[in-house]
Amino acid sequence: MTSNGEDGTGQATGHPITYWVQLAFVRLGVLPFLLLIAVVVFTLMSDNFLSGRNLLNVVRQSTYLTLVAMGQMFALLTGGFDLSVGTILALTSVVGAMAMAGTYAAMPDAVGLSILVGVLAGVATGTAIGVVNGIGVSIFNVSPFMMSLGMASVGFGIALYLTGGVPVYGMPMEFGDTFGFGSVLGVPTPILVTAILILILYVLVNWTRLGRYFYAVGGNIKAARLSGINTRLTLFLAYVLCGAMAAIAGILLTARLDTGEANIGATMPLESIAACVIAGVSLRGGVGRLENVVLGALFIGLVQNGMNLARIESYLQTVVIGALLILAVLADQFRLRYIASLRD
Amino acid sequence: MNSDVQGGGASLGGDPPLLRLERITKRFPGVLALDRVDFDLRPGEVHVLFGENGAGKSTLISILAGALRPDGGRVAFRGKPIGLASVHHARALGISAVFQEFSLVPQLTVEQNLFLGAEETSFGMLDKAALHHKAVAVLKRLGFPLRPSQRVAFLSRAEQQMVEIAKAFRSDLSVLILDEPTASLTERETARLFALIEQVKAEGVGIVYITHRMSEIRRIGDRITVLRDGRYVATVDAQTSDDELVRLMTGRLIDQIFPKVRFRPSETMLQVENLTTGDGTVSGLSLNVRRGEIIGLAGLVGSGKSEVGRACFGLIPISRGRVEFAGEETTGLAPRRMLDRGLYYVPPDRRDEGLLMMRSVRENIALPALSLPSYSRGPLLLRHTESARTHALAKRLNLQPLRVEREVDHFSGGNQQKVLLAKSLTREVKLFVFDEPTVGVDVGTRVAIYEFIRDLCEAGAAVLLISSDLPEILHLTNRVYVMCRGGLAAELGAEDISQESVLRHCFEREAA
Repeated sequence: MTSNGEDGTGQATGHPITYWVQLAFVRLGVLPFLLLIAVVVFTLMSDNFLSGRNLLNVVRQSTYLTLVAMGQMFALLTGGFDLSVGTILALTSVVGAMAMAGTYAAMPDAVGLSILVGVLAGVATGTAIGVVNGIGVSIFNVSPFMMSLGMASVGFGIALYLTGGVPVYGMPMEFGDTFGFGSVLGVPTPILVTAILILILYVLVNWTRLGRYFYAVGGNIKAARLSGINTRLTLFLAYVLCGAMAAIAGILLTARLDTGEANIGATMPLESIAACVIAGVSLRGGVGRLENVVLGALFIGLVQNGMNLARIESYLQTVVIGALLILAVLADQFRLRYIASLRD
Repeated sequence: MNSDVQGGGASLGGDPPLLRLERITKRFPGVLALDRVDFDLRPGEVHVLFGENGAGKSTLISILAGALRPDGGRVAFRGKPIGLASVHHARALGISAVFQEFSLVPQLTVEQNLFLGAEETSFGMLDKAALHHKAVAVLKRLGFPLRPSQRVAFLSRAEQQMVEIAKAFRSDLSVLILDEPTASLTERETARLFALIEQVKAEGVGIVYITHRMSEIRRIGDRITVLRDGRYVATVDAQTSDDELVRLMTGRLIDQIFPKVRFRPSETMLQVENLTTGDGTVSGLSLNVRRGEIIGLAGLVGSGKSEVGRACFGLIPISRGRVEFAGEETTGLAPRRMLDRGLYYVPPDRRDEGLLMMRSVRENIALPALSLPSYSRGPLLLRHTESARTHALAKRLNLQPLRVEREVDHFSGGNQQKVLLAKSLTREVKLFVFDEPTVGVDVGTRVAIYEFIRDLCEAGAAVLLISSDLPEILHLTNRVYVMCRGGLAAELGAEDISQESVLRHCFEREAA
């Protein structure tokens, strides 16, 4: 046994820089390194990348993914995942837009009311998908993979059936102006809404019993049960929360597009899981931090934006996102092995 | 080194050992599993490996079987130094191991499992007819009543054990390693296994045998090598007395391990009447536990003793009978409800159902108590109180190192067990059910756990101790229920508790 540091991380002798790099890798994972590399590469590739306007743009574009990824985190924390988040986005968009347009057409003066009806209808529909997922996973023990995959098909089918594949028009202008393009005190509304939700979820995850129970159920569901936790309720709520977050993202995206679309969100399952995994959320459950997930989503937004500026073809961008996901998983495994070796 | 050769196999004294290990060292992250251990095996002997859980027995046989590679030391086979590179390599030399954890594929049949990895082929295709004949021959030789075409998933645990043993006999044997082979066998099957061991002994096969049962050592053992905390202690003759073996194994005298408990039985806490579980593991069992006493629940693996505790805690459904706790009927209530009433169940396998390995000690200890007003207000957690309280509990149990923010996975087995016990102190508990509380811990922790249980009992709690560790039952309890095949075989009062009486009742029904 050689000189063991306090944390078992002290074995990295030699350069102080090497030491800090190793320490950061062990403590924070790959994400800081990926972010750094992405910023450097895209700054070199495009002059516009590092401008304030573009960065604000990245943040705004990433809000939808951030919301979905935070929801996805709850499913991952409990040891499952939700493949239906894309469908929830689409169904929310379609139902919300139809309800809003319908109310608006019936009562052209009641702009506020029709927006409210539309938003509520959309969020309720999206959350309902989460409820069904939750019931399937928690009560009937269907694997999260099959449950959410099945619901993805069901939801997508309903969205297409309702619209016939045609975008839904007829929402009041004010909806898009406020929730898509508006801003409050200079902060774009989507960013504001996302920031508020980040705060709420941060408190939920770190300072409430329910938050702790998500970790406990994912960490060891049997131990959680023996400790007196209602594991079924906890699992159920994870999927409901996930659905609700995806639904809110769906409404905000609808406002941005000004139409209800059945074919949005197809890349959301992959991207949201990627954002979480890159941020160090364990696929086996029980481990993950909300603030890192937000960074993970921002990172993916950053890469997409950078690739757009560098004029990388969109088909190739899909390749890059998939490769990054695999790379992050590999790096995380390497990190766990590295930590184990340090503890020797 | 092993100059203290005993007369066990006097006629073989002059032969070179079949297998000789010298100064074998094996290191795992965080632990030195084996520290310069010596071991030798002669042809035609049964050499018993003896030691506590975690003493290094399993590591040693894994090295013998080629499943692990030592970090230091030498292995010689029939006088020639070898490096066992893999299980395959060991098999080729005729070294076969039967581990406690089965390496069977449940979806495959008995014969497919028997020759897994050593399938006979002709022209690249499986030679199914030849495999079938060989399987039939092996099973016949061993006298195991198994059908070669049966799927392993449908076999009982004892039958699966037979398949596992038969696997070792599928090719020529020179060394046979058996890791607690009788743990799930009945007396009849055990007798057959021992006859088989005699038979292969006569053929010159060397047998490495791991067991905790003194009676087995007497019946079939020739020599015993004792390990403690990864170190070689001694090699002695199989006729060495029990007390001496325990002293070698633990490094202490029995009275230094088990504290004296002052029992003061008062009102009844748990009353179980005619309990039958939905899965049939327990049938028609009645027992009671009072405050201020430690009740032992003994029995073989699979006797249903663990299921009694689990049924009372609401973990497995009850089909008949009633459970009364603290004067109130609680039959079939969920674990949550039982916790709130003051029954705490400490599970046997901390990794499987005890702890969140990837979370901190603090989160683990606090988990059962988060709904209490001392740990949370409304939905919000009181994190400062939580830190302070869990730290105090960890300190009380002497957690080492005392760092509650560290992940549980990074602690040694004994310290993980302390975290598991600390969880039970977060609540007000009237009855503690300990299910195998000392599995996989070193002697020091074992002593600490016994003192912990004694303190709880003397403070007026009721304790139900479910254990397969006989000394634990004998020295710590004031009343013992012995279970056999799901039913009650005997209730023994303080004056009747002895090794003979408990063991006799464990097997009682089989004779009938």
